[in-house]
Formats: sequence, C-alpha cells, structure tokens
Amino acid sequence: MKNSSSGFMGWIDARFPATKMWNEHVAQYYAPKNFNFWYFFGSLALLVLVNQLLTGIWLAMFYKPSADAAFASVEYIMRDVRLGWLLRYMHEAGASFFFIVIYLHMFRGLLYGSYKKPRELVWLVGCAIYVCLLAEAFMGYLLPWGQMSFWGGKVITSLFEAIPGVGPSVVEWMRGDYNVADATLNRFFALHVVAIPLIFLLLVWMHIIALHEVGSNNPDGIEIKEKKDSEGKPLDGIPFHPYYTVKDIFGVSVFLLIFSAVVFFAPDVGGFFLEAPNFEPANPMKTPEHIAPVWYMTPYYAILRAIPDKLSGVIAMLSAVLIIFFLPWLDRSPVKSIRYRGPICKAMLVIFVISFVSLGYLGLKPPSPSRMIAAQIFSVLYFAFFLGMPIYTKIDKTKPVPERVTNK
Amino acid sequence: MKAIKTCLLLAIVTTFIGQVFASQGGVHLDKVKNNLCDKASLQRGASLYVNYCMGCHSLQFVRFNDMAKDIGIVDKKGNVLEKLVNENLNFISDKVTEPLLSAIPKKDAQAWFGVAPPDLSLVARSRGKDWLYTYLRTFYEDPQKPWGVNNMVFPDVGMPHILLSLQGVQVPVYTSIEMFDDEGKPYQKKVIDHLELKTPGTLSKEEYDKAITDLVNFLDYVGEPHKLEREKLGVWVLLFLVVFTLFAYLLKREYWKDVH
Repeated sequence: MKNSSSGFMGWIDARFPATKMWNEHVAQYYAPKNFNFWYFFGSLALLVLVNQLLTGIWLAMFYKPSADAAFASVEYIMRDVRLGWLLRYMHEAGASFFFIVIYLHMFRGLLYGSYKKPRELVWLVGCAIYVCLLAEAFMGYLLPWGQMSFWGGKVITSLFEAIPGVGPSVVEWMRGDYNVADATLNRFFALHVVAIPLIFLLLVWMHIIALHEVGSNNPDGIEIKEKKDSEGKPLDGIPFHPYYTVKDIFGVSVFLLIFSAVVFFAPDVGGFFLEAPNFEPANPMKTPEHIAPVWYMTPYYAILRAIPDKLSGVIAMLSAVLIIFFLPWLDRSPVKSIRYRGPICKAMLVIFVISFVSLGYLGLKPPSPSRMIAAQIFSVLYFAFFLGMPIYTKIDKTKPVPERVTNK
Repeated sequence: MKAIKTCLLLAIVTTFIGQVFASQGGVHLDKVKNNLCDKASLQRGASLYVNYCMGCHSLQFVRFNDMAKDIGIVDKKGNVLEKLVNENLNFISDKVTEPLLSAIPKKDAQAWFGVAPPDLSLVARSRGKDWLYTYLRTFYEDPQKPWGVNNMVFPDVGMPHILLSLQGVQVPVYTSIEMFDDEGKPYQKKVIDHLELKTPGTLSKEEYDKAITDLVNFLDYVGEPHKLEREKLGVWVLLFLVVFTLFAYLLKREYWKDVH
C-alpha cells in the first residue's frame, strides 16, 4: 500500500491514518530476519483469541446463565443447535490451546531474554494478559455448571477465606451468596463475556503497541536498530509484511491441523481438556472424589497444596504468579539470549521447566505424602529460579555476542 | 560401603518416584468393544433401555424422533418411522417429539431407593463406557442389602439388579489377602476374587455380555449424539488443512527466497 493523497485511500487517510497505521505496524515494521520456531506463538495467540471471541459470541446466543438452566442449555448447544457441538468444542479446546500457546510464547521470552531492557513494559503488559487469561479461564469453567465447575469454583473462591479477619465476608461478597450459587454464576458470566474480554483486548493492544515501539527481540538477543542502512532501515530487519505474514500463515495452518485433530477426534483429550465429572450437573450435596483444576492451573494448585497452612499456601500460590512480573529486574546478565549465556543460566532454565511441568502433573493427581514432598521440592526449585536469578545471572560466564544476527 | 550407600539412596529415590506416579488403585474395568456405526446394536440397546431402564432413569436431553433418526429407525427416504417408534419404544406419550422421560415421581423414587435415580443422558461421558459395561455385569447376591444385591464397581449401590432375569444370580467367590494392622501385625482380609453364576438367567453369559455391549453402545451414542458427524467432518477438515499447509509452505518459501 503506497502513500497516496488521491483516490479512495487518500480520502480516508486525510481523515483517519489508515495507511500510516498499516505501514507502521505491518508493511514497514521491520522485524529481525532470524526468527525461529518460537516466534510463531505471538501470532497464534492472536488467532486463538479471535477463535475464543467468535465462538464465545455464538455460544452466548444459546447459553443461559442461571443455575437452573445453565447445564441444560449447554446440552442444548451440544445436541439441538446446528453445529453447536463444534462451537462448544472449539471454545473449550481453544481455552486449553490458548494456554499452550501462551506458555510457549512466555518460554520464548525466557529463552531469548525478551523481557530485558528496553522491553520491560512489553513483558509487564504480557504478564497482565496472562493473569487476565487465568481469571477468564477460571470464570468460564464455572459456566457449564457441572460438578467440577461448581466444586472448582468453590475451592478457588474459598481460598480468599484465608485473608485474616475479613476473609469470610470477602468470600460471601465475591459469591453473592453463602455458597457458590445462581448469583455467582450470573456475575461470573458477566465478567467472563464482557468485563475481562474488554480489559484483555486493551492489554493486547498495549502489548503490540509497546512491542512495535521498541522493536522485536530475536534469538540472538541483538538490537537490530543499532545497525541501519543509508535509508535508515535495519540491516538485519525485513518488513513484517509480506515476509512474516506469509510465514505466519504457514504457522497458522500447522497449528490448525493440530487444533482440528483435537476438536474433531479427541475434544476432551481423555478428561484433560474437559473433565469427566463435569458431565454431571452441579450438586452442592455431593463432593466429587477428587477435585482438580484443568491442567493449565495445576502448577499453582500444586504449590498451594504443598504448604499445609492455608494462608501461607495462598500467599505462595499468588507469589508464584506475581514473581513472573519482576523478571526484567531479577535478570542481571549482560546478554539477553540463552545462546550466549553460561552453563548456570542454562541449567536453571532446564530446572525451571522440569519444576513447572512436574508441579503441573502433581496438581492433577490426588495428594499423597510422597507427592506432597515432591511438590515441596519443585516449589522450592520454582522460586529458586527467580529468587536466585540476580546472583546466578551475574556470576555466570557469557559468550561474546555477535555484531549481526546469525541464521542458525 | 560407598556402593551400599549409593544403592540405598537409589532404592529410596526409585521407591519415592514410584509412589509419586502410583495410581490410586480402584476396581479393574473390562473394556467394552462397541461400535457406533452398528445400527442394529444401537436399536437393540434402545429397546433394552426403554424396557428395563427408563422406568426410573430419564434421558431428558434425548427426543424420540432424533434418537430414531440417528439409530436408523427410518424409511428409505430417511424419514422417521413414527408409528413404529410410538408402538415399540415410546411408552410414555403419544408424541414422537417428546424427550425420553421416566414416569417415576422423583419424591417417591427418593423414598424408595434412598436416592432419586439420576438422568442418564451423559452417564457414558461422566462415568465412562468401560465403567458402565463392568457395572452392569458385576451385580452379585448380598442378602444384607435392601434389594438383595451389591455391586463390584459401585459398592452399596441403591439400585436393584434390574437385569437379573436376563443375567441370573451371581455369587461372589472370596479369596483372602494378607494385610497389616496399625501395629504391623499381619491379618487375613476376605476380598472378592471373582463372581460365579449360581442360577442362570434367560441369557447365556455371552448373550448377556452382548446385550450389555448393545446397551452401553446406545448410552455411548446418547452421551454424544453427534460423535459420528464430528469425526466425519473432521476427516474433511484435516484433508483440507493438509493441502492448505502445503500451499502455505510453498508460498512462504517463494517469498523468502530473497532473504539471506
């Protein structure tokens, strides 16, 4: 799209900066040319967001947010609404895939130090998006009003009881009743379909604007803006469009292959994405044998259960999420990318990944004494990755960073 | 000495890991081999359901005409054979568009059975079809229970063995296993090893297992009526995406030729 002062686009551009915005963010946004596999997940997160919004809007046309009708309305969608089952499965699997994509996207940030100066705000806004996603997923899970919806909602809201003094009143205020009930479902619906998506979209917009202001990082952790040609274009940069648009289309189609395989052939992934007890209507008189959140929350759930004291457990769980925000100031390494870091940083990252995955596994399983010890060990390692960072990143050896990006 | 210590440490670690991954026991479930494409089996299952189960258990999310269409009670043009459905399956109303509701009053049912019989529209999804298959085949005689029967996978179940006349009476054969009490003293505990047929029913064991497979097949269909449609559509979607991915890759390669 050329800058034009005449014609239809000229008329528009004189009144709204359409061409200017297109150029700034797409056609003349210079991205490093050495993006690898890990750089697909940003655009994929946007894709899943659109999927959630569209399927969510259509589901809301048929869903009834009341304790009496919610469960039956979901079955109405699954049986009587034409292709309703597809909408529901896309939304449900989409939620899990959102977390898969976001976890890989965040891991990319850890690998290449994308949170380091000057991208601290990109990271902070991204973390806020992640917290929003957790809240959105938690509230969405209550809506089908199955056994796990109810008991999961009850367990999580009751965590606030641990607040000294005002705990029980806070919980009652949140639920709007003495128990998770119709009022809770109604307000969670409002938050799930209106409030959080609005905040979410605002944050995503800020995330992208902040990123385009400072420019993308890359697997070498080099600032491409420091080496420019005579026209002022980064030597190692290529325009986002068409290079990364076509590359992302390929990434999207591979993602859709995997996503569709799940949606059409294993939509509940053996109870992993949709838990079996949730096909039973919510019953406040009957506690399920084993209450576990969906997989994407289980690492934090394992940390919560690892500490016998409720208040300390809740604080540990919240800290585990909030500590991620502080990464830009915990990392003292002079280099960004893992490629030029020393063995300690590499080992710590491996330990962190193992801890996170293990905690996720332990959070899915019913508690036992050995599992509790394991969860305690991995919780300590999880926090050690962050709290030890100012020390080990400083004393660790580094390799010289090349002048220009490499194509590995 | 060092080797012994290493071995000991290794043993402790492996036991610990074993305990972390240990599953929480539970009863062994037999695998059901049902086939949702087998319309005859689904029809036999539906017939068993309306004759034996629907007295107490509704399928509130299923309508007679939708069910009849899906399990093949249709003429050559695909129209539901309403008369056949109403005469043979629909014992509760004269409308083929009604859901499969039981006629039992909920309050009475609660008083009679201790718990109101649940709706079974989604039982194949919440319990799993292997659970159903095993549950329906493992009732055994237990004179201490109100209905004279107990169950292997659902101990102290409130439901009578409604298919007793078909299966016959099963009695448990016990075995004893060694257990340890709190002080570490061994004692023998009697547990059920397997069930034996005491009085045969109208069906042989093979026939009964087959009938239960049909019933579970029907409940599997009821749990997710669009399962076959989903998989059929999925094949086309995946085929399209494979072709699309190929072209997307070629397009990417073409554009990236000049990037070095």
